[in-house]
This record gives sequence, structure tokens and C-alpha cells, in this order.
Amino acid sequence: MLPSRAGAIFLRQLYLLRGSPARILPLFGWVAIDIVLWGFITRYLNAVSRSGFNFVPAILGAVLLWDFFSRVMQGVTTAFFEDVWSRNFLNVFATPLSIWEYLLGLVLSSIFTSSLGLVVMLVLATAVFGLSFFSYGLMLIPFLLTLFAFGIALGIVASALVLRLGPAAEWFVWPIPALISPFAGVFYPLSILPAWMQVVARVLPPSYVFENMRSVVAGHAGSPAGVAAGGALVVLYIAGACWIFARVYRRAVRTGLIARYSAETVS
Amino acid sequence: MEHATSASKVLSVDKLTKRYGETMAVENVSFQVARNEIVGLLGPNGAGKTTTINMILGVLEPTSGTIAIHGLDLAKQRSQALQHTNFAAVYAPLPGNLTVRQNLRFFGMIYGVPHLEQRIESLLREFELERFRDTKCGVLSSGEQTRVSLAKAMLNSPDLLLLDEPTASLDPAISQEVRAKIRQFSAHGTVGVLWTSHNMYEVQEVCHRVLFLSHGKILLEGDPKTLPREHGKETLEELFITVAREPLELSRT
Repeated sequence: MLPSRAGAIFLRQLYLLRGSPARILPLFGWVAIDIVLWGFITRYLNAVSRSGFNFVPAILGAVLLWDFFSRVMQGVTTAFFEDVWSRNFLNVFATPLSIWEYLLGLVLSSIFTSSLGLVVMLVLATAVFGLSFFSYGLMLIPFLLTLFAFGIALGIVASALVLRLGPAAEWFVWPIPALISPFAGVFYPLSILPAWMQVVARVLPPSYVFENMRSVVAGHAGSPAGVAAGGALVVLYIAGACWIFARVYRRAVRTGLIARYSAETVS
Repeated sequence: MEHATSASKVLSVDKLTKRYGETMAVENVSFQVARNEIVGLLGPNGAGKTTTINMILGVLEPTSGTIAIHGLDLAKQRSQALQHTNFAAVYAPLPGNLTVRQNLRFFGMIYGVPHLEQRIESLLREFELERFRDTKCGVLSSGEQTRVSLAKAMLNSPDLLLLDEPTASLDPAISQEVRAKIRQFSAHGTVGVLWTSHNMYEVQEVCHRVLFLSHGKILLEGDPKTLPREHGKETLEELFITVAREPLELSRT
């Protein structure tokens, strides 16, 4: 694997961002709106609640972490979509570039774009709404890493889905975070969920992050076992995502799809 | 000109076959391309030209057969083999949302071109693209886009250059320029070229040797200047039409 080839994919993404306000604005525009909206909601909840419970780290922190995960996933898929939109697969894959270098390039692009969004969210949430990440302690590191890795895994699977089903399948990709969020327990404990949803939640790494986050905010120690379980799960997700992408890519090479990937749907 | 001796060959295709279900797109095709040689891959639509080129580019897996580029087996050493090749095709323009220089830098990094900035500048000069260096490819004319594609195809100084109808959308003057450039590269460099075209005048002018494909098989092979007469035809175009309409007649000659 040559890092410079993955670097080329990342550089291409930088070029596209540099020349396009339409691409730059969504990197932090939507997350900023989310933070402002939920910031005021949490302020209101703090004002009307008589429990003394601080909703800012529990709700606004959860919004921030979930938005970070969504941006990571979209960072991968958007970089992939650039090749879909510009019908560039033949040019890209008829080169020495391997799919692992290509995927690494997508991940590098996502690290850059999601970091921009994270910084904007942190600044807004801290400066305007008084969210202190010190309240999560060192657990914040595994929280962010788990969500980052899960976002990468889902981004790779979503890209494989579009490669397999065609450009129109892009519409399946955008709602994925919204579909997962009820199961991940972003805003409520998993014990609220019916039993079958809890089973699904247990195989989703973010559920371990948000359960632990609520525990830490409530003044309890986080569960290292829970964090480790989330970490182990996410490693499996990454491995599975790479396997799925490789399989779909090999099928596309066997059927000739890569060379004629321009039809509205190719399923 | 001695072609495709074992020491000089840059492409070696052996018993290449591609089957889609019951349809045989390419069947048992074998040929070689030598350094400094321009080989025309001809045939009517659906004959298997682009399928063959896609297999050589590593974006389509053969059902059977082998492809060696610069002596490297494409199936086993894909990245290394493709390092020695490059291509331009009328149906694969470079991304229109990047400038000429950004596109060349992007592909230059993928091919690991040494001294990339100097190489890009030299190609911009060579293909008269200097004034378009910071222009997005999407707003260039067809001729300019073809020149950018050819510049990209020459970035890594390939041993094997695949050109799939590179002049299809160009006016005669620009087509002539492109042909002159390719001939120049072939004569003065070490590149072997596999060229597909439906323009028989162009093929006759440029190619040292042609392969006629029909229904996925190589039907005829030879010098484009003498091949028509060998088969009782006046011109290469007549021969092409016969290949397209009555391939069986030729297979008996």
C-alpha cells in the first residue's frame, strides 16, 4: 500500500472543497444549526426542570457526539459520491490504485471534514451553551474513537451499497444515521426500549457510548467493560465493512460494472 | 519493422475470453504489442474492442486467459502491471470539477510520478495546455479535453498506452494533431500503443499493424496498408465493412 495514492484521493477532496462553497458550507452549517437548536432546548429544559439535572451535557453532548458520527459517515460517502457524480470510476480504478488505498483516501477525507464540523460544534457548544467536555473525563477519548470508527464502517458499507445498486441508491444512504438513532439510545437509556429493540441496540457500538456518557454525566464511573465491548464491536464492524466493499468491488470488476458505472440504476 | 519479439513486447494477451452468461463477448483472443509499435484494434460495434481494453486495464475480469503488461501478470501483480500503462478514452473524460493541473496532479500522485510538478509543466507545454492550467476541465471544448486526457495518459511515461477512440469527437484538424503526437511518442519513446478507432483513414495513417475483431474473435491481422489487397479489397474501409457484414466470407479467404 502506497500512502501517496491514498493521499491523492484526499488531495482531490481538498481541491473540490476549496473551489466550492456549496461543499464547504454543509461541513459545519447543519451541525451548527443542530447545536444552536438543541442548545436552546436544553437551556429551556434546565429552566423548567425542578430536578436540578443538567441537560446540557446529557442532551447537547449527545447531539454533538451523534452529529460527529453522522459527519464521519458522510465524510466517507461524500468523498465516494464525488466519483459517482463525476463518473470517474474508470479513470480511478484503471490505475495502480488498490481498493485499500482508495478506502484509506476516503477515510482521510472524512477525518478532515468531520474534524472541521467537530471543531465548530465544540466552539459553539462550549462558548454559547457552556458545555464542558471535562465533565466526560478521559472517557471522551474512547467515546469519540468508537463513534469515529463506527461512522467509517457505515460509510464504507454505504459506499458499497451505492456501488452495488447504482447511483440512485444514494437516497438509501442519507437516512442511515436517522434509522440507527432510535436503537442507539442517543437521548434515552436503553432500558426504555422494548426488548427486541434492546437486542438490536446491543450490537450497535454507539449504544455503549451513550449509555456510558449518561452514566458519567450522572456522576457514576463509566463502565470500562461497556466501553471495551463497544470498541470490540466496532473493530468487527470495520472488518465487516471492508469485506463487504471488497466483495462488491470484485463483483463489479467481474461483471464490468466499474467500466460502465453511469446508468441511473445498475442493479 | 520487427514486432513483438519476446524481449520487446509490452503487452502480451493470451487466449483471453470473456463470457457474460450465454454471450461470448471475447473468445480466445491472443496478440502482442511491442515497444514503438502502434496496433489498431478494429471491428464493428459490439465486436469486443472495449471489452478487451477494459480487461487490459484491470477493470474487467476475464473469464479465462492471461494478460501480461511489461512481463507482469495483471491478475497476480495488478498494481505493478498497471504502473506501466495508461489510457485515454472518449467516454472517460477527466472530472470536470477539477482544473487541468489538479487533475494531472491527482493522477500523477496515483501513478507515483517522480518530479511531478516538472512533469506536469512539461506536458502542459507539450499539449499546448498552459493557458488552461487553472481552468476546470468541464468547461473545456472536446478537443481541449482530449488533449488533457492524452496529457494524463502520458503522465507516467507508460510502456503501454491504450487509446479507445481518442479522436472520436474531434474535428479533422485536431484529430490530425493528436495522431501526430501519438506517432511522435511511439517513434521517439519506448511506448507501445493499442488504438481503437472507427476512422479507417486514421488507422491506415497511424497503425503499424491492425487486428480485426468480429464477434469477439480476431478475424484478420496484418499491415493496414497491405491487408485490404490481401483480401481482395481496395481500401481498409471496404475491408472493415466486409468484416462487419460478412465476416464468414473473410474467414474463408
